[in-house]
Amino acid sequence: MVESLAGLDTFPKLLAHHARVRGERPAVREKYLGIWQTWTWSQFADEVRAVACGLAAAGFRRGDHLAIVGDNRPRLYAAMCAAQCLGGIPVPLYQDAVAAEMAFPIQNAEIAWAMVEDQEQVDKLLEILPQCPTLRRIWYDDPRGMRHYPQRELAPYDRLLEEGRAAHARDPRFIEVEIAKGSGEDTAAMFFTSGTTGNPKGVVLTHRALIDRARTAAEMEGLSDRDVVLAYLPPAWIGQNIFSYAQPFVTGYCICCPESAETVMTDMREIGPTYYFAPPRVLEALLTQVSIRMEDAGRLKRAMYRYFMELARRVGGAILEGKPVGLGDRLRYWVGDLLVYGPLRNVLGMSRVRVAYTAGEAIGPDLFKFYRSIGINLKQLYGSTETSVFVCVQPDGQVKPDTVGPPVKGVELKFTPERELLIRSPGLFKEYYKNPQATREAKDAEGWFHTGDAGYFDADGHVKIIDRVKDVGRLADGTLFAPKYLENKLKFFPYIKEAVCFGHGRDRVCAFINIDMDAVGNWAEKRNMPYSGYVDLASRDEVYELVRECIERVNADLAAEPELANSQIHRFLILHKELDADDEELTRTRKVRRRFIAEKYAPLVEALYAGRDSVHVEARVRYEDGRTGTISADLKIRDAKTFPPAATKKAA
Amino acid sequence: MRPDVALAAQPQVQAPPPAAEPPAQARPIGEPILVVDHVSLAFGGVRALQDVSFDVREREVRAIIGPNGAGKSSMLNVLNGVYHPQSGTIRLRTGERWLEFHDMNPHEAASLGIARTFQNIALFKGMTVLDNIMTGRNLKMRASFLEQALWLGRAKKEELEHRRAVEEIIDFLEIQHIRKTPVGRLPYGLQKRVELARALAAEPRILLLDEPMAGMNLEEKQDMCRFILDVNDHFGTTIVLIEHDMGVVMDISDRVVVLDYGRKIGDGTPQEIRANQAVIDAYLGVAH
Repeated sequence: MVESLAGLDTFPKLLAHHARVRGERPAVREKYLGIWQTWTWSQFADEVRAVACGLAAAGFRRGDHLAIVGDNRPRLYAAMCAAQCLGGIPVPLYQDAVAAEMAFPIQNAEIAWAMVEDQEQVDKLLEILPQCPTLRRIWYDDPRGMRHYPQRELAPYDRLLEEGRAAHARDPRFIEVEIAKGSGEDTAAMFFTSGTTGNPKGVVLTHRALIDRARTAAEMEGLSDRDVVLAYLPPAWIGQNIFSYAQPFVTGYCICCPESAETVMTDMREIGPTYYFAPPRVLEALLTQVSIRMEDAGRLKRAMYRYFMELARRVGGAILEGKPVGLGDRLRYWVGDLLVYGPLRNVLGMSRVRVAYTAGEAIGPDLFKFYRSIGINLKQLYGSTETSVFVCVQPDGQVKPDTVGPPVKGVELKFTPERELLIRSPGLFKEYYKNPQATREAKDAEGWFHTGDAGYFDADGHVKIIDRVKDVGRLADGTLFAPKYLENKLKFFPYIKEAVCFGHGRDRVCAFINIDMDAVGNWAEKRNMPYSGYVDLASRDEVYELVRECIERVNADLAAEPELANSQIHRFLILHKELDADDEELTRTRKVRRRFIAEKYAPLVEALYAGRDSVHVEARVRYEDGRTGTISADLKIRDAKTFPPAATKKAA
Repeated sequence: MRPDVALAAQPQVQAPPPAAEPPAQARPIGEPILVVDHVSLAFGGVRALQDVSFDVREREVRAIIGPNGAGKSSMLNVLNGVYHPQSGTIRLRTGERWLEFHDMNPHEAASLGIARTFQNIALFKGMTVLDNIMTGRNLKMRASFLEQALWLGRAKKEELEHRRAVEEIIDFLEIQHIRKTPVGRLPYGLQKRVELARALAAEPRILLLDEPMAGMNLEEKQDMCRFILDVNDHFGTTIVLIEHDMGVVMDISDRVVVLDYGRKIGDGTPQEIRANQAVIDAYLGVAH
C-alpha cells in the first residue's frame, strides 16, 4: 500500500497521520501479566501527546536532550516521540551498560532529563549523579521497589502522564503548535556508537535522514501496516530503532515488546513476526540450540533431520530464489517442508517471516545458507549508525552469501585505492555531537562518509565487505590476512562461541578460542565427562581435541581458496573465560575488540608464537554488579594440522 | 558473565560494597502480630523446644537461627500447626483481636494467613510453574467442585481473577520465562523461587521461610534476598525465616532469635546478636 506522506517530515507528524488514517490498527503490543496488551495508533498518539505536555510542564525545552534507558517498552518509545514533539532529542542509551559507561553520554550532551525503565536503571543513574550535575529529573516507568527513594530528582512516569493530561486539557492547542514547529532538518535522535576505541561518539541524525532511509527500504520490501515486528534488541542500537521506531512510523506496522529478555523465544512463537531482524550472533545462538536439541532427539528424527537438511543445503536456496530445480528434488523438498522445515520454522517463530535481515557484522556463509535453505527469506544488509542503516540490501532473487548486495536507491558508493568504502546518501548523519574534528575525519568536504570498512564490488555490482580497513593485514610473506573472515568460519561450529585470530606481520596465523558452554557442556555430558565449570571444561584435553578438529576443517576449506591458503591456523589455545563486554573485550554490540585483546593477553600471544605448549594467565573479570575479581589458569597450547594448497585443490 | 564462571571464581572475589538498601526505618514496623509464649515441644525423650518465648511484629523480617538440631524447623512447624506443643501457647492478632491456640492444624493456619515454604522443596514436580502457583490460591476459591469441573458460573470469573493475581506474582518474582515449564525440569534456585511464589499466592499476612537460601550460589542468594525484601516491602508481609547463612541473616533481618538445644539463648537486633557472648559460644563451640 502506497500512501502519500507528503509534508510529514517529522516523526510526531507521522504519528498524527497514523492516528487519523489507521487509528484502530495496533501500533504497539506488550506482553504484560501473560497477556498481549495492545495500544492502537490513536491510543499511542494520545499517550505521546500527554507525555509531551507533561515534559513541557516540567520545563523541557526545544533542543533539550532526553536520555532513554531501558529495554523495549511502549512507554519508553512514547517518551521518545514525546521529546520529538517538543523539538527535543531522545538519546537512547544501552540498558545493560554499567553506570560508569552512562556518565560520558550524559556529560557530553549535558543531559538534564532521563526516562528510564525501572529501579535497576534508576540506581545506575543515581550512582553517577555526582558526576552529572546537569541531570535534573529522572522519570521511571516501573514503580516497583521505588517507594522509599527520597531523591528529589525522581518521579514516576504515571505522574508525568497525569500532569501532562491535565496540562493538555487546559491548553489542547499547545502541543499541536509545537508539533507543527518541527521540520525535517531538526535533529531527531542521537545514538552513541559503541566505539571500539576511545570515548563513544554521539551520532546526530535528522528526521529527514531517518525517514528517508526507513521509507526507501520499506518501499523496496513492500512493507505495509499488516506487518508485525518483535522488538527485542537494545533500543539504543540504531538497527532496533529503525525497525521498531522509524519504520513503523512510516508504514504503520505494529511492534511487539516481549515480556522479558528470557521470554523472547516464546513470545516470538506467539506473535509470529512477518518482518524480522537479527544480528548474526542471534542467528548463531538459535542454530546452536537447534543442533543441540537435534543431538538429543531419537534416532529416527535425527536421520530424518540429516537427510532433509542435506537436501535443503543442495536445493533449498535455489527454490527460495525461484531458480529451476528438478521435479524430483522439488517433491522431496515439499515432503521435507512438511516434516522438517515447516516445524523447524515454527519452533524458531519464523513461520510468517516474509523478510528477514541480518547485519551488524559479517555472517558465516554456512550459517546464512542454513536459514535460507529452510525457506526463510534471510537477506544481508549493510549500514551503520552514521548512515541510518540502509546502504546496501540484497534484493529478493539476488541473494549471495558473501556479499551485502547492491546499494539501495539514493545511495552512492565508491572505493578508495586502499579498498575503503565511501558512502554518500540522504541518510547520512549530520555530525558527531560536539566533535567537529571526528566529523571532519569521517565526512569529507564532498559529503563522502568514510566507513572504515574494506571491500570491493563483485562482478554483479554487489558490495563485498571483507573486514575493517585497519584490521586487514598481511602475513610476513605478504599473504592477505583477514582475521574476521577466519573467525567467522570458526564460529560456525556450534562448539566455538568466539575466536580471535592473530597473524599481521607474523609468519603464520594463531588463534584464541572461546568454547560455547552450552554446546560443549552438552557434548561432555553425552560422553559422561564430568567437569566443574567453565574453566575446567575449557582446559580438558578432549575439548582441545574437539576444537582441533574444527580448526582443521577450516584449514582444509582455506586450502581451497588460493588467496587465503597461507592463512591457515597453525596453533591455538582455549581461553579460560568468556570474552565479555563488561571486561571491554567485546563491544556492547558484541564485536571482538581484537587489539585490546592482543594487548590484554600479550603473554598468551607470545607463547603461541614462541612455540611453548602451555602458558599461565591471570585475568581480571568484572561481574554484572560492577565488582571485580581475578581468574587464573594454566592454558595449554596445541598445534593444528595445515594442508598444502595444491594437494587440496586436486582433491576438490 | 555467566553464573558458572562467577561461581568458579568466587573465592577470589573482592569484598562487595554494601548494597544501598532503602533506609530501614522507611518500613513501618508495627505492634506484635504473633506471640510465642513459653512453648515446649518434645518427641519422646528428645526435647526439641524448651520454654521458648518471643514475638513477631507486624511487617518485620524476623530470623530464627541456631546450630544444627537447635530446634529451628520445629519452631516453624509449631507456628503453622504441623506440631502441637505440649505446653505454652501461640497467639495471633487479627486486627485488634487476639486468637490463642494450642492445637491448630496447617489448614487452619493457612486460613489465618500463615503461609510457608519448605527446606526440601515441596512442589508438584510434574505440574507447570503456573499450575503450582495456582494451587496456592486454593483456599481462596469459592466455586464448588461441580462448577469448577463444568466451568460454570462463578468458576470462570474466579479463575480469571486468580490467574491475574498469580500473573502479578510471576511478574513480581521475574519468572515469566518459566511460566509453562514443569517444575521438575527447573534448576534448584528457580524451584525455590517458585515455592516462594506459591506461598505468596495465598496472600499471607505471615510468611514462614525454611532455609530459603540453602544450596544456592552467590548470585541466586542475592536474588533471593532481594525478593524477600521486596515482598516484605511491597506487600507488607511479615516474614519469619530460618537461615544458615549468617551474612544473609544479618543483612536482611530486623530482629533475630537464636536457639540452641531447644532453648532461646539470644533475641535482638543483628548488632546485638553479633555482640552476644552466648551466641558466639554456641556457634564456635565451648565445653558445656
